[in-house]
Amino acid sequence: MRALRILSRSIRDSFKSVFRNFSLSMASIACTTITLILVAISLFLTYNVRQVTTDLEHELTIVVYLNKDVTDDQKIELENDLKTMENVDTYVIKSKDEWKAEMKEEDKSLENALDIFDDNPLLDSVIVTVDDVKSLGKTADKLREYDFVSSAEYGEGMVENVIGIFDAVSYGTIAIVIALVLVTAFLISNTIKLTIFSRRTEIEIMRFVGASNTAIKLPFIFEGFILGIFGSIIPIVLSIYGYVLLFNKTGGYVFTKIITLVEPFPFVLIVSLILLVIGSVVGMIGSWRAVKKHLKI
Amino acid sequence: MKLIKVEHAYKIYKNGTTAVADLSVSIDKGEFVFVIGTTGSGKSTFIKMLYREEKPTKGSVIVGGIDVAKLRNSKVYKLRRKLGVVFQDFKLLPKLTVYENVAFALETLGLPSDEIRPKVLRAIDAVGLKEKTRNLPSELSGGEQQRVAIARAIVNDPKLLICDEPTGNLDPETSRGIMKILDSINKELGTTIIMATHDKELVNKMKKRVLVIENGVLASDTKKGSYKVHESIKDS
Repeated sequence: MRALRILSRSIRDSFKSVFRNFSLSMASIACTTITLILVAISLFLTYNVRQVTTDLEHELTIVVYLNKDVTDDQKIELENDLKTMENVDTYVIKSKDEWKAEMKEEDKSLENALDIFDDNPLLDSVIVTVDDVKSLGKTADKLREYDFVSSAEYGEGMVENVIGIFDAVSYGTIAIVIALVLVTAFLISNTIKLTIFSRRTEIEIMRFVGASNTAIKLPFIFEGFILGIFGSIIPIVLSIYGYVLLFNKTGGYVFTKIITLVEPFPFVLIVSLILLVIGSVVGMIGSWRAVKKHLKI
Repeated sequence: MKLIKVEHAYKIYKNGTTAVADLSVSIDKGEFVFVIGTTGSGKSTFIKMLYREEKPTKGSVIVGGIDVAKLRNSKVYKLRRKLGVVFQDFKLLPKLTVYENVAFALETLGLPSDEIRPKVLRAIDAVGLKEKTRNLPSELSGGEQQRVAIARAIVNDPKLLICDEPTGNLDPETSRGIMKILDSINKELGTTIIMATHDKELVNKMKKRVLVIENGVLASDTKKGSYKVHESIKDS
């Protein structure tokens, strides 16, 4: 019971202190808010990039065109190799006649054009999907090594660029977030340091009347915790409403139907929980640092 | 019965200054003892060792059965809960009322509120400030502020009350009032009181045990002593 009373007193004191040093508390809360908004953006980006990458893995294919004079044995050889080839997920062999029929069906104007030729001018092909879209190029290169392969195409350049941009965005935001988390922890630490100085008589009295070290330190740790929690309120609200709004406005797609957004629920709730945990932990780390450095008992 | 037993205690600071050297003294429960000495004599260091603000370098300082020299920093609170400390500068919280300042000591220790109220009122009554429970320190005179500090020090019924020059900031008349309160706490509650002071008049008038500390050593220990007990003691 005594421990509970000390705990509730510590919480009460820390709330009082947050409002007593209002301007300093606001600075810490504002910094935490900015940091957590960026953390939220980073989380939304990272998760969605991961989703897009996963989608791309299913959408992106390598179309392997075989030489006009390819033999049936060579086709069998390629098929056998594809069964064991690294990074190959699925493959579909499409003969030139199947292509011709498909093209005719898609566009009636091509029907007569294709019939001009005595021979089918199209090439036999294999459509390959991969496990890891980042190694798409390597797999295409491997397929180009066959003598009877005319070309292996997957939209060179575009895929690498898109993936490169996604990676750069992810790493960039992570770096900014780490820097901001450090700045926030430092600011909170500074706020707690000033609280310790402003309450030095109180601390002195607590020591002389026999308060335990934990009872003296707890209110300051709680103060950091509260600053972190307060700082996470706006980012959480923005995350929930902002993401749901974005999802509804775009219909869940960005630019094309290939890039789909992660469903808002329970995604935004998980992000909110992460923001709350980061805010409170950063707050406590900041206050712990100040208590360790400036609170001499 | 001994409440304090100091045996061959030394306090040597890191810079090599010896503040207390080979000091041995024992104090019984219920005694009222003055500690006098010039500035820099080691009197304050001795007092601070009793409530473990300073740790003896050598020897033993036993207060209420606790060996101060062996007490870890994290366990100091156990000693402090057995004693009360009064300072020259009162150390009151300016935004709290008289009642709140006294109650602060018990709230900090996590006592339940129904236990706090009667104890606080009793302590405030003991120092004669019953009518000023709702006043802020800024609305009190120096003597009244010191009385609040005394009430806070005795609110948890300590066995020992350590007063570090409690009348240092007060005029002679007010000082006499404070001494009257301390004397009644000593006599009526049986609290042992150790008081460091420079106030010659008070020491001479009270006729209590006097410890004279000079150059870090116990120069004299006299029952019913006076400030003039040792020739070399000078006012500082």
